[in-house]
Amino acid sequence: MTATTTKSIFWKGVRDGAPFLLVVGPFGLLFGVIATEAGLNLSETMGFSVLVIAGAAQFTAVQLMVDEAPTLIVLATSLAVNLRMAMYSASITPHLGAAPLWKRALVSYFLVDQSYAVSVAKYEKENWSLQQKLAYFFGVIIPICPMWYVLTLVGAMVGETIPDTWALDFAIPITFLALVAPALRTLPHVIAAFVSIVLALLLAGLPYNSGLLIAAVVAMMIGAQSELMIGRRK
Amino acid sequence: MIPDSAPIWLVIIVLGVGTFLIRFSFLGLVGDRQLPEWLLRHLRYTSVAVLPGLVAPLVIWPQATGGQIDPARMAAAAVTLVVGYLTKNVLAAIVAGGVTLYAMLFLIG
Repeated sequence: MTATTTKSIFWKGVRDGAPFLLVVGPFGLLFGVIATEAGLNLSETMGFSVLVIAGAAQFTAVQLMVDEAPTLIVLATSLAVNLRMAMYSASITPHLGAAPLWKRALVSYFLVDQSYAVSVAKYEKENWSLQQKLAYFFGVIIPICPMWYVLTLVGAMVGETIPDTWALDFAIPITFLALVAPALRTLPHVIAAFVSIVLALLLAGLPYNSGLLIAAVVAMMIGAQSELMIGRRK
Repeated sequence: MIPDSAPIWLVIIVLGVGTFLIRFSFLGLVGDRQLPEWLLRHLRYTSVAVLPGLVAPLVIWPQATGGQIDPARMAAAAVTLVVGYLTKNVLAAIVAGGVTLYAMLFLIG
């Protein structure tokens, strides 16, 4: 009885993850193309998508390496992009924290934006056991994560054949703007984004591409601070 | 192009391990504990604090035009932002931005 329900919950996860194919697929493809155009070979490009498995941070790292930023700055800035995942980790722990260590490690590896958002939203609605919650999580990642690898590979293979006239230099800006725009949902988010832009432009001349990191840290603090101030006034 | 001297595998591995540790932080290491409110408040703004700053110079001074301001790329950026904001649909925003870029490049060359 429990076995069949767990199995059906797994397949429910697969179905709920499927729509994200439309988002993750093109990103993977784009990363493959961009990384190849930037001069990475096939194994390096795949290394990024398999070992890091975090699109925005991968694009950030590639862009900063193209800009010839020092390695420390490349790493610090790209990891900063991924800091939001600490929040995911914290908020999924009440649900999956009792699982065996190797399963928690596996969940952590696959804890991407989509699997986190879909799973936690579901956990809060259903009264599931740990086994059922795990089954659902692994169901959700089935359409998402393998597709990320496969389409990165496809992108890397077609990347070199794409001519300059396609203006792919602008794929990263468009992708990032598309990611950020829906996140501008409150005034503090808008303020943080604005501070980030202004400071990044003003500090663009700083050595070692350190301007972006400074801009990001200040923008984060101002975002948090303005949330406090706006909250207090209400 | 990424210079040959760039330690690409070092970046991949450290970024991979670091990203895993961020994801594993609470689930594997800290356990079920409430994050302090001030920390949560900062984490909420990481994406909007990093990505716009990364994009801004690429929009204003695109490498493809040798750092000259380019109306096609500016328009594409603006359309992407507006469509993404209004529809909250990432894919729709990318498509709208791409179409704008190509249309402008075609029209003004």
